[in-house]
Amino acid sequence: MPGGRITLDGIGHSYAGPGASEKDYALHPMHHVWEQGVSYALLGPSGCGKTTLLNIISGLVTPSEGRLFFGDRDVTYLPTEKRNIAQVFQFPVIYDTMTVAQNLAFPLKNRGMPADRIKIRVGEVAELLGLTGDLARRARGLTADAKQKISLGRGLVREDVSAVLFDEPLTVIDPGLKWELRSKLRQVHRALDLLMIYVTHDQVEALTFADRVVVMKDGRVLQIGTPVELFERPEHTFVGYFIGSPGMNLLAAEVKGDHARIGGQEIKLAADYASLPSNVPIQIGIRPDHAMLAPDGKGVRVRVERIDDLGRTRLARVTVDGQNLIATVPPDLAVPSGEAGVILDPRRIHVYANDRRVEGAVR
Amino acid sequence: MNNKVLNNRAWFFVLPVLLIVLFSALLPLMTVINYSVQDTIGPNAFFWNGAGWFRDVLDPTTPIGANFAGALKRNLVFSAIILVIEVPLGIAISLCMPRKGWKVGPTLVVVALPLLIPYNVVGTIWQVFARNDIGLFGYAINALGIDYNYSLGPTSAWITVIIMDVWHWTSLVVLLCFAGLKAIPDAFYQAARIDGASRWSIFVNIELPKLRRVLVIAILLRFMASFMIYTEPFVLTGGGPGNATTFISIDLVNMALGQLLLGQSAALSLIYELIILAICWIFYTAVTHFEQREWTRE
Amino acid sequence: MDKRMTEQRLSAASTVALPRNAVSAGTTDRPFAVNWRAFGLSLYLLALVLPIYWLVNMSFKSNEEINSTMTLFPHHPILTNYIHIFTDPAWYMGYVHSITYVVINVVISVVVALPAAYAFSRYRFLGDKHLFFWLLTNLMAPPAVYALPFFNLYTAVGLFDTPWAVALAHCLFNVPLAVWILEGFISGVPREIDETAQIDGYSFPHFFIKIFLPLIANGVGVAAFFCFMFSWVEMLLASTLTSVNAKPIAAVMTRTVSAAGMDWGMLAAAGVLTMIPGAIVIWFVRNHIAKGFALGRV
Repeated sequence: MPGGRITLDGIGHSYAGPGASEKDYALHPMHHVWEQGVSYALLGPSGCGKTTLLNIISGLVTPSEGRLFFGDRDVTYLPTEKRNIAQVFQFPVIYDTMTVAQNLAFPLKNRGMPADRIKIRVGEVAELLGLTGDLARRARGLTADAKQKISLGRGLVREDVSAVLFDEPLTVIDPGLKWELRSKLRQVHRALDLLMIYVTHDQVEALTFADRVVVMKDGRVLQIGTPVELFERPEHTFVGYFIGSPGMNLLAAEVKGDHARIGGQEIKLAADYASLPSNVPIQIGIRPDHAMLAPDGKGVRVRVERIDDLGRTRLARVTVDGQNLIATVPPDLAVPSGEAGVILDPRRIHVYANDRRVEGAVR
Repeated sequence: MNNKVLNNRAWFFVLPVLLIVLFSALLPLMTVINYSVQDTIGPNAFFWNGAGWFRDVLDPTTPIGANFAGALKRNLVFSAIILVIEVPLGIAISLCMPRKGWKVGPTLVVVALPLLIPYNVVGTIWQVFARNDIGLFGYAINALGIDYNYSLGPTSAWITVIIMDVWHWTSLVVLLCFAGLKAIPDAFYQAARIDGASRWSIFVNIELPKLRRVLVIAILLRFMASFMIYTEPFVLTGGGPGNATTFISIDLVNMALGQLLLGQSAALSLIYELIILAICWIFYTAVTHFEQREWTRE
Repeated sequence: MDKRMTEQRLSAASTVALPRNAVSAGTTDRPFAVNWRAFGLSLYLLALVLPIYWLVNMSFKSNEEINSTMTLFPHHPILTNYIHIFTDPAWYMGYVHSITYVVINVVISVVVALPAAYAFSRYRFLGDKHLFFWLLTNLMAPPAVYALPFFNLYTAVGLFDTPWAVALAHCLFNVPLAVWILEGFISGVPREIDETAQIDGYSFPHFFIKIFLPLIANGVGVAAFFCFMFSWVEMLLASTLTSVNAKPIAAVMTRTVSAAGMDWGMLAAAGVLTMIPGAIVIWFVRNHIAKGFALGRV
C-alpha cells in the first residue's frame, strides 16, 4: 500500500510562529520515516511534544516548518478529513445520540459510501473489535473501554486508512481492562498490517505495545529503538533514567582510556575511551540489574544505606563517594550492613559525555 | 445522590433559609389566600366569599374574567413568540462566540450588559429608542416608509415589546449555551474532523446533545420570566394602546394596587401562580420522562 | 521517492521558515466560516449596543437639541444633566438607596444560603427533596403577586420605606437562587475533603470558614453576582415598598415626567448611570460567567 509510510521532512512546530527562538519550539525540527506495518510508541513525560507530533501527523496542527509525506504525497497542508489516518483520543469520543452501529457508520456516511457497503464494513469492524453484540445499543450507555473500541472502530472502518494514531488511549480505562484492550490493539495491528503510532507516558504500555519506541523530551527525539535496544543501549542519559524501573544508575566519573575513576576507586571498562571531549560532564551508566551487591572487599567499595525487598528481587540502595547507586542483591547473599562491595559488569557500563552515549573502541 | 449521609441535624443548616422564605414567601402567600376567599364592605370588615372571586376571574363573561382571559392569551402568545425567537437565536449567537483569546472577555461583557440594566431602564431605553420623533429606531423605520408608532398601533406596540425582550434576554440563552459549549472537550471536534463530519453534522451530533441540559434551564427561565413580565412593557406602553400589551402582571398590579380590589386580585394571583407552576411542572416532567425513555431504550 | 529531490527539500525545509499564510491555510477553521461567524456576532453586538448608545448620546444633549434635530452624536455636548444629578440629593440618594438594599440583599442571601446549600449537597434529611423543590418554586413566583401582600406585611412590621424591606423582599427569589447555585458548586467539591478535615480534628465552623469557603470561592462569587443582578434590576417590588427614604434610583427617574413635558436629557443621564454598577460587576466576573452558568443544576 503506497500510503503506508509517513515521512517527516524537517517537521518542527513552534506555537509562536516563524522567527521563534529556540525555546519557543514545542517540537524541534526533525526527520523521521514511520514504516508501514510497524507499531511505534511515542514515550516521554508530559509536555515533551509527543501530542503535538501526533496532531501534526493527523493534521489537527499544521507544522510551522517542514514537510509531511504520506507515501510520496505531500500532505503538509491537507485537511484532516482528507488524510487516510484514524485517531483515538485520551477520552473516548462517541456520538451520544447514535447507536454503536451508527457511530461506526458515521465516517463512511460522511464520505458518501452506499448504505449496503457501509453495513458490510461496520459488520466486519465490529467483528474484529468484538462489538457485534452491542451494535444496536446506544453508545453512551457503554463502558469506557467499549467506547474506546468504538472510537478506534470509527477509524478502522474506513477502507483507505493506513495509519492509526493513539493519544494515551488507556487513560480512563480500568486497570483490569487495560491489558485486555491493549492486546486487542496488538491483535488489530497484526490483522490489518497498519502503521500505528501510540502516544503514552507509561513505559510499560510503550514497551509492551510497540515494535519501536520513540523517546522524547523537551520537543526532541532522544532515541528510537526496539524495547531491548532502549534497555540495553540507552543513547541518552534521560532514556536510561526514564526506561526501566528503577532507571539506570548514572555516576559522575573521570574516564581515562579503559578505566573510570570515582572518588579514588577505579572501575574497569570494556572499551577504550581515548578521545572524550573535555570540559563536558562525563558520567558512567549501569542498570541496577548489572550491578551486583557483594561482601566488602569485592568490586567497588560502597556504603549500604537501605535494602528494598520487592519480593522477587531485593535492591540495595548504596552510596559510592557520596553518589547514589542502586544494586541488585543476589538471592543467596546475606546482606552486609555498612561497608560492602558492588560488582559492575564492565560490558554493561556505558559512558556518557554531556548526556550522550559515547561508543568506546573495543580492543 | 445516593451516598449522602443521613443526618437530620442538617435541618439546622437550612433553618435560616427556611425562616427567611417562610417570612418572605409563605406569610404573604397566606395573606393572598386569606384575601382570595373573603369580600370586604369597608376597612377591616371582611366576610367569607368562598370560591366567588375565583369564579369571577375564570368566567370570561365578567369584566374581570374578560380582562384575565385576554391577558392570559396575550401572555401565552408572547411567551411562545419569545421562546421561538430567543432560543434559536441564542444558540446561533453562542456558536459564533469566540472561545479562546482576548476577545472572549469583552464579548462576554457586552453580551451580559442588557441583563444588568434595571427593568424600567430597559423600558426607558426602548421608549426613547423606538420613538419616531427622537429615537433612532422609530425614526429609521419611518424613514423607510413603514407606518410605525408603538404608542398608537397595536402591531407596532407588540413588535416593539418583542424586540425589546429579545434585546433584553437573548443574552441569557447565549451565556447558558456558551457555558455548555465551553464544556465540550476539543477531542470531540478533532474526532469529528477526522470522521469527515460537516459543520451541520457537528452541531446536530455533538453540540446540540451536549447543550440539552442548559437548554432545558434556558427554556424554563425564559418561559417564567416572560410569563411574569411587568416593568418593561409597563414603562414602554403602559399596557396600551388600549389593552393591546396588557399582560397578566400589569392587569394584576392595576387591580391590586390601583383599584384595591383585594379579593379579586388575590384570586387572580393564585390562579396566575398555579398556571406558571403547572406549565413548568409539565415541561420538566416531559423532559425527564423523555430522557428516561432514551436511557432505557438501550 | 527520488533521493536528490528529498535532499533538496530537506535543506529547504530546515532553513526557510514558511510564510505565515501558508501555515494557516490548512488549520482548524476555513476562512469563510470564520468570517460569517464574526459577522453574525458583530451584528448582534451592534444591536445590543445601539440602544444603549442612543441613551448615552441623549444624556449629553440639551432638550432643545433632542427635540429639534435627529443627530447621531451630540453636536453641542453638555454635562448639565449629570451635574444636576450629582448635586441634587433627591437624585443621587436614589443611587445610595439602590446600592444599600442590593448589598444587604446579597449579603443575606449568600450567608443564609451557604449552610443550606452545604446541607442539601452533603446530607439526606427528612423532607430534603420536597424542601429543595419548594424553594425552587419561589423562583417561579411573579413579583406582581407579592406586591400587595409585601406592602401590607412590611407596613405592619414597620419596615416600609427602608432598604430592609426591599432587601428582604428580594430574598424571595434570591435565596432559592443562591442555594441552587451554591449547591451545584459544593457538589463539585469531593466529599473526601470534609472527611479529611474531620479526621484532622477541625471543628465544623473552623473547617467551613478556613478550608471549605476558599474552595468554593468561585461559587460564592457567582452566587453573589446573580443575587446582585436580580436585586439590582428588579423594580416592581423595589418601588412598591418604598416612597421617599429608600426610593431606588430607577424609580426616582419617573420624576422627569412633569407638567412642562418630559425632561429627556435628565432621564437619559439617570438611565446611563444605572448601567454603570452592572457593567463594573460584569467586568470583574467575566471569566467566571461561563462556569457559573454551567454549574447550576436543575
